[in-house]
Amino acid sequence: MAREQAHRVDRIADPWGTRTPYARGEDWPVRIDMHLEDGATADDVEWFLSASILHSNGDEVDIAVRDGRIVGVRGDRHSRVNHGRLGPKDLFGWQANSSPDRLTRPLVREGGELRESTWDAAMERMVGRSQELLAEQGSSAFGFYTSGQLFLEDYYTLSMMARAGIGTNHLDGNTRLCTATAGEALKESFGCDGQPGSYADIDHADAICCYGHNVAETQAVTWMRMLDRLHGRDRPRLLVVDPRPTPVAREAEIHLALRNGTNLALLNSLVHELIANSWIDRDHIAAHAVDFAELERTVAPCTPEWAAEICGLDPGAIRAAAELIGTAERLFSTVLQGVYQSHQATATACQVNNIHILRGMLGREGCGLLQMNGQPTAQNTRETGANGDLPGFRNWANDAHVEELARVWNVEPRRIPHYGPPTHAMEIFRYCEEGSIKFLWISGTNPAVSLPELHRIRSILADERLFLVVQDLFLTETAAFADVVLPAATWGEKLGTFTNADRTVHLSEQAVDPPGEARPDMDIFGDYARRMGFTDRDGAPLIKWKDPEGAFEAWKECSRGRLCDYTGITYERLRQKHDIQWPCNDTRPDGTPRLYDDGGFWAHPDACESYGKDLLTGAAHDEVEYRALNPDGKAILKAADYVPPHEEPDEERRFRLTTGRTVFHFHTRTKTARAPQLQAAAPAVWVELSAPDAEELGIAEGDIVEVASARGRVEAPARISGIRPGVVFVPFHYGYWDRAGDRRGPDGRPTAANEATITDWDPASKQPLYKVGAVAVRKLAPGSGPAPAPTNTASAPAAGEAAATRGGERALVDETVLVPEHAGSRA
Amino acid sequence: MKVGAAIEDAAGAERRLAEELWKVGERHKADHDVFHVTKTLAKLSRRHVELLGPHAERYSASIERVEGDPPSRPRVVDALVEKGAELAGRRPEPALILLDDLRRLYLLASEASIDWVMLAQGAQAVTDEGLLDTVTRCHDETLRTVKWATHRLKTAAPQALAAG
Repeated sequence: MAREQAHRVDRIADPWGTRTPYARGEDWPVRIDMHLEDGATADDVEWFLSASILHSNGDEVDIAVRDGRIVGVRGDRHSRVNHGRLGPKDLFGWQANSSPDRLTRPLVREGGELRESTWDAAMERMVGRSQELLAEQGSSAFGFYTSGQLFLEDYYTLSMMARAGIGTNHLDGNTRLCTATAGEALKESFGCDGQPGSYADIDHADAICCYGHNVAETQAVTWMRMLDRLHGRDRPRLLVVDPRPTPVAREAEIHLALRNGTNLALLNSLVHELIANSWIDRDHIAAHAVDFAELERTVAPCTPEWAAEICGLDPGAIRAAAELIGTAERLFSTVLQGVYQSHQATATACQVNNIHILRGMLGREGCGLLQMNGQPTAQNTRETGANGDLPGFRNWANDAHVEELARVWNVEPRRIPHYGPPTHAMEIFRYCEEGSIKFLWISGTNPAVSLPELHRIRSILADERLFLVVQDLFLTETAAFADVVLPAATWGEKLGTFTNADRTVHLSEQAVDPPGEARPDMDIFGDYARRMGFTDRDGAPLIKWKDPEGAFEAWKECSRGRLCDYTGITYERLRQKHDIQWPCNDTRPDGTPRLYDDGGFWAHPDACESYGKDLLTGAAHDEVEYRALNPDGKAILKAADYVPPHEEPDEERRFRLTTGRTVFHFHTRTKTARAPQLQAAAPAVWVELSAPDAEELGIAEGDIVEVASARGRVEAPARISGIRPGVVFVPFHYGYWDRAGDRRGPDGRPTAANEATITDWDPASKQPLYKVGAVAVRKLAPGSGPAPAPTNTASAPAAGEAAATRGGERALVDETVLVPEHAGSRA
Repeated sequence: MKVGAAIEDAAGAERRLAEELWKVGERHKADHDVFHVTKTLAKLSRRHVELLGPHAERYSASIERVEGDPPSRPRVVDALVEKGAELAGRRPEPALILLDDLRRLYLLASEASIDWVMLAQGAQAVTDEGLLDTVTRCHDETLRTVKWATHRLKTAAPQALAAG
């Protein structure tokens, strides 16, 4: 029996809350986190089932409602993902729902101004322009750019409407910016997207490796789980690869603070060491993988000395890291933006996959591999094909897959464009720039702050040739450029499902009504499809469902027989069981904790989602080549030589720029800045510099500095931190919507990190490079106190001058720990 | 023995390919992936010429050296095209020019590829293992350029031909 222990914790000051240490193989203790607004108690509110929407962890959240308003949240004690815990963004971010500046009516541009309008008028404007363009140019005039924050049902409706309705493959999500490399690397190594591992592997691992993954700030609850293992008996060894002194790096046994832009050199060297020391399982490789000889040849010259020179590391530390990986019995690895948003992203992520293949560390407890997602529903963007891929992880180059999809949709196969790879986000904007896409529909994302090289993006969005539709909760920087703005309902205001980074499917109930005339995204796409008169091959409406459950049932048919098989899941089961990991079907009725637990992969030429690509150029391999390489559908050991980034520091621009996030904000702050506790914790932009660099440049904590690239510049106060010398960090959250005056752009005071980032992308995944670029740094003016950066995160000051980040009374959270009888204690 | 002549052919084809890759990249700066990938591939082709250097000496072949850096004084017309690249990037016509350029790169890379085939046969006939190693390695990389040009053309063609 467990006893209860209550705590009240300032979860801005302590984002990860009370420790509940546990030992290897034990259950992670439950800790129920709850935050309700003043005056509300757990007993006088109504609770609704949901999951978190401000990161990819998929923490189960119950939404508290009183008098038709959301008044707080509580972690679900039965959840397999979070065991009751919540991160700071979930504890406080819900307040954005009832923000007074929510969009409540459609807006239509009249005489240069956005004016309130009606749904009929807005839709008629869109349909009128669409019909004109279909007649003049055809489907190539249309582009769709969506999100990683809508629900599965929304994406599936959009995916079908864009492909079989309009007939375009100019369709992508902002998942291109956060998780495209995860999907691509999984396709390259295992033949198909799908995270092999499970968060529960943390309970069993004896070694944890985080590659470019500041898990403490991006998936706070998963970090709590790791921390509790690190504070318990049999603690796992921890390896961290990151140029910043993140909270994860501070707990690491080995922290490799490499130069950004050199990931692949390091990974090639680590694999070199694994092979050289025979820390690989040759029998397993022969039975389960192909192309080992090519991998061996590629890494043969990659000694630790060679990599140390490139990465700016000690060769001994690289050897030690390889020993940590090579001698682990249960290896758990995670990868995120430090890898995905750098050049050679896919090649690097594939090397992490290779480590698990070479050592046989897949499909068993503790042997987890997670190519993480950034956003809460990015997994669904990928599954449903709203990221451009064909729905259900189908292969656009395989005619049988296209025919199968056409049967599910009851359309002719030729209605589904499959003559080439889908048009990725950066190319969609390129087509808008050259004027061949003339109708762009953006849903749930803010490219005017989140895409690279913002002056270019603003000029594209402002181009009069482009008819721009923006569907969102707020008048974002991007919405301010639109011809039509559509008010959307969000989390808590609509019913639907979404899936986290370890394949866990959650149901999210409608807890309250959307504000004003705001509507669920699915209804908006469906309304447009109906007005456009899209039909199937029998003349019936193309989109047949009327409600989310109907959309989910239709999606289940689309997923049938694929790796992401949802056919065993229903809304009713999700209401009872709360969480199910796909694939879930007749043979696996309770879902699947770990993929590839039977040693097989989804890589057979007839089944695979992709025939693979050349990692250096992105050129697609064809079916004949793939069949020759991998006739039996084994894992593929992909390899590539390290090449330097296209832009490296020089005399003029001596520093390496990297951009990223803080635990207190999500994306462009459209929600988190509207939660007072979160906004106060990180109220404005800053720039992180190392102490030696700051001293050389004559910059003190809080001084206003300029960070300038060949493309643009950012002005911000300096935080002198423990970041690697030569590297400069700028958080990417800070756009312009919350300023007086022009909310679309900098107006002389640039704060968005993407003013300076480069337009360049990984050739295979097409993910832009937000973490590689050369900048000059100079002091503009003396400061007036420390930078407004948090002190309890990766941006902690090197010396203790800044006032510690605190949330105070309003940030107090109730934590109820269920203490098990024999809790693991500190070793 | 005519192996020297075959070395000269392969080196010449790779040099022309490297120069054209570089020029195409400059011409399509607004197509950022073309700009970056052509630079990467141009470096590979230049290295192929360098790798042939020692072999050329042994067979008394003369191969033209490649410049390590981009051409410092491009022809006037090239300079104009480059200057116009970013401005012209806002119009649809460059998409058609890009198709034409990719088509030419494909042909140049294919020419280099068949020269490597010829040289490989020669190297085997005179049992020159060292030369054969170099040829095999370089040919694989040239095939990668053939493949990229094909792939990029297939990707660009639908929009360039259907729109505008």
